[in-house]
Amino acid sequence: MNSGVNYPALAVLVGLFLLVTVMGFWATNWRKAENLESLDEWGLGGRKFGTWVTWFLLGGDLYTAYTFVAVPAAMFAAGAVNGFFAVPYTIILYPIIFIFMARLWSVSFRHGYVTPADFVRGRYGSKNLSTAIAITGILATMPYIALQLVGIQAVLEVVGLGGSGSLLAKDAPLFIAFALLAAYTYSAGLRAPAVIAFVKDALIYLVIIVAIIYLPSRVGGWANVFDAAQQKMAATNPTTNRPVGVFLPSTANYWAYATLALGSAMALFMYPHSITATLSSHSRNTIRRNATILPAYSFVLGLLALLGWVAIAAGTQPIGLDGKPNAQLVIPQLFEDMFPGWFAGVAFAAVAIGALVPAAIMSIAAANTFTRNIYKEWVNPAATHAQEARVSKIFSLLVKGFALIFVLTLDKQNAINFQLLGGIWILQTFPAIVFSLYTRWFHPSGLLFGWVAGMWYGTNAAYNVVNPATGAHFGGSVALIPMIGKLGYIALNAFALNAIVSAVLTVILNAMKVPSGSDETRKADYFADEGDPSAEKTKVEAGVVEAVA
Amino acid sequence: MNQDKVDLDSPPPANRGLLVMAAILLAIPVVALLWVDSYARIEPVVAGFPFFIWYQFLWVFLCSAMTWGAYRLIEIARPRRHLGGRESGR
Repeated sequence: MNSGVNYPALAVLVGLFLLVTVMGFWATNWRKAENLESLDEWGLGGRKFGTWVTWFLLGGDLYTAYTFVAVPAAMFAAGAVNGFFAVPYTIILYPIIFIFMARLWSVSFRHGYVTPADFVRGRYGSKNLSTAIAITGILATMPYIALQLVGIQAVLEVVGLGGSGSLLAKDAPLFIAFALLAAYTYSAGLRAPAVIAFVKDALIYLVIIVAIIYLPSRVGGWANVFDAAQQKMAATNPTTNRPVGVFLPSTANYWAYATLALGSAMALFMYPHSITATLSSHSRNTIRRNATILPAYSFVLGLLALLGWVAIAAGTQPIGLDGKPNAQLVIPQLFEDMFPGWFAGVAFAAVAIGALVPAAIMSIAAANTFTRNIYKEWVNPAATHAQEARVSKIFSLLVKGFALIFVLTLDKQNAINFQLLGGIWILQTFPAIVFSLYTRWFHPSGLLFGWVAGMWYGTNAAYNVVNPATGAHFGGSVALIPMIGKLGYIALNAFALNAIVSAVLTVILNAMKVPSGSDETRKADYFADEGDPSAEKTKVEAGVVEAVA
Repeated sequence: MNQDKVDLDSPPPANRGLLVMAAILLAIPVVALLWVDSYARIEPVVAGFPFFIWYQFLWVFLCSAMTWGAYRLIEIARPRRHLGGRESGR
């Protein structure tokens, strides 16, 4: 399939990539801070992004390259239940976060929290619970970063780079791209992805709009696209003797479709990178205004999902450089087959740059979490702001290095499996974070054991899903819902168990009068807004004085 | 504005009725989209698109409008209450 290197595409890709690299290094000067040496500046961009910057940043952050590669791939290979649930997921996401993210912003602003685990620490005074939240966040984020690399790899493979030659030559482009990303994230912090997000989003919108207007006409119109998809999904898979996939959900998988959407929506804003992007906004209501305009991305994601079916009608053959079919390549391959070289290059750049923004924010968020909730908590409680920033910068490099090694040395399937597990794990932090925004009724030990139960159950259930074709474990993210007897998203089953265990243990621990820790927050903190007194502001100012003196 | 005596252990006063209305506006899209049974069908096809597809796209706009409505309601329902210690504005 891939006959050599597509030079026009490669030239455009490299050009756009150099552009964002320059922008990334320049970002240090954007809305310049007097002193970048604090987590508020390096890790949260000074907490001063307005509605539009936040819109670009969150859009660039949540709709990742992996999403752009994986959702159409799922539509192409397995149909609507596996792929199109992303649309209801990213719609109901916004009413859900509308409700609680403003409270999290306010309390974090008042107390200078940088991570969700900081909040849990302040709310319960419990090191163990906040460490559990922090570790979950880091574990769930790492494979997600690795998958951004998979997105870049998919593009490079279709352009014709990699494959043959020595191991070093094969992976050199990916290595260089990531090293540059690491360098400018190190120096500019959250400002780098915020600046690059403008380019990323503009390219994505451009490419999708052109693709969605132009491509269907090339394959005989939309009616033809849906007919081709319906035919492919209804055909019988010779290995499993079952239909290839699902064109529209039927009674058997209504629950799966709905729980995948709901569970994913509840989980997304538990990831440290989503919370980092939210806390970097300058006021309580920025996130609420964003909840009304972020669905623009959901619309684009829906169109992108449909391109998976356009590829069916177009007869796209996603075959990797190793000669094996690989559904993950379907979107880049479709673009290369259908577009002139230079525009395919623009599309590839959109995906590749689309990987850089989330990878940067994720590594910053994981680094903030490590610094605040592990380093400061367990290693150096007296760390100054400058020390915190330094540890974070180094950890952000380590995280990216780890992701690179992960992708280069292990089978990609491992990253995908871990990402699936990450989604299940991260939802287990929901009770401790979101319930606690509303009530202090729960006992911290109850929440901790609820978390243990949810993690244990979710991991087991995911392991036990076996792919009928290959016999491999972690074959999917749905399993029977206990007591209801329908297929549902494992993360949500585990979450229900988690919530029940937390509540039951809370009742027991309270009855036994086990002390439930201290709470440094007060009711009014959950409604604070910019201009109100904030703990961090006074601390940072003191830190600057300290640094100057 | 009188900021001398803010009770930090109480939420700011709010109009409950309006808050409930906002909550209903936010709940409608969630319920509509989780009720898969109501839209998992092909007919009526519009411009080649099965109902299942275009109906969910339609909800992108409906949900956005309802969230915006909820935002306006909440702004009215719970006016800003400043917490003491006036800062020299930003």
